[in-house]
Amino acid sequence: MTVIFYIAAGVAVVSTVMVITRLNAVHALLYLVVSLLSVAVIFFTLGAPFVSALEVIIYAGAIMVLFIFVVMMLNLGEEAAAEESKLLTGGMWIGPGILALILVGEFIWILTADAGQAIPGTVIPPQAVGISLFSTYLLGVELAAMLLIAGIVGAYHLGHRKHKSTHRFLQEGGSE
Amino acid sequence: MISIPLESGLLLAGILFALGVVGLLVRRNVVFVLMSLEIMLNAAGLAFIVAGARWGQPDGQVMFIFILTMAAAEVAVGLALILQIYHRFKTLDSDAASKMRG
Repeated sequence: MTVIFYIAAGVAVVSTVMVITRLNAVHALLYLVVSLLSVAVIFFTLGAPFVSALEVIIYAGAIMVLFIFVVMMLNLGEEAAAEESKLLTGGMWIGPGILALILVGEFIWILTADAGQAIPGTVIPPQAVGISLFSTYLLGVELAAMLLIAGIVGAYHLGHRKHKSTHRFLQEGGSE
Repeated sequence: MISIPLESGLLLAGILFALGVVGLLVRRNVVFVLMSLEIMLNAAGLAFIVAGARWGQPDGQVMFIFILTMAAAEVAVGLALILQIYHRFKTLDSDAASKMRG
């Protein structure tokens, strides 16, 4: 059923175009979530169910939640309240909703189809991925661990609100 | 057994990557620039998955897991940088932070 792939590909392209053309960051994030979900469907049709689950959980879940936290932290105040009232009543939910409904329809289609018919080609099970990850690419796993530690330390260092700088160069232009 | 052709998968990855590049070049808001980076990383991961599915090997998925890890670390640092830029310049325009002060 390659048609599932093509429908999901169309949804991905449309929602990505909507991401880069939105003016409001929250609207763009909604479309970005839909885009990532459709890419997860594409992974599933390509025979990579493990990575498809990771895409939903980590990309569309965790990373997008980080984005939303930061966007919500950035615009506090009257403007944000007005924006939120527009967000709750406006018709901007229709676009992502329709695209997500297409993906839900595909999901139901895959579930109701016969096993093996929904996914063309060979399916690579998570066991094979795990075995390859922890034998051939063990060095890469350790490098990824170091990268994550560097990311944690860097994010803590940058996100920490520093006290007022007393350095004269930083005081002149830095606070404006 | 009909499988999805390699060309269409790679074409989709190319389209998504090009959209990410366009967003990166066109938008001035730092949040949108970071989102475009995410789109580009995702497209690169999609290319890895398509190639891995073509050969039936798990290596593509392993590379995608590494890309996922890198994207998570990059997003954490990038969002912290965005917060710093906003506190310092009171704007999200990336042109505001174009000058270095050595």
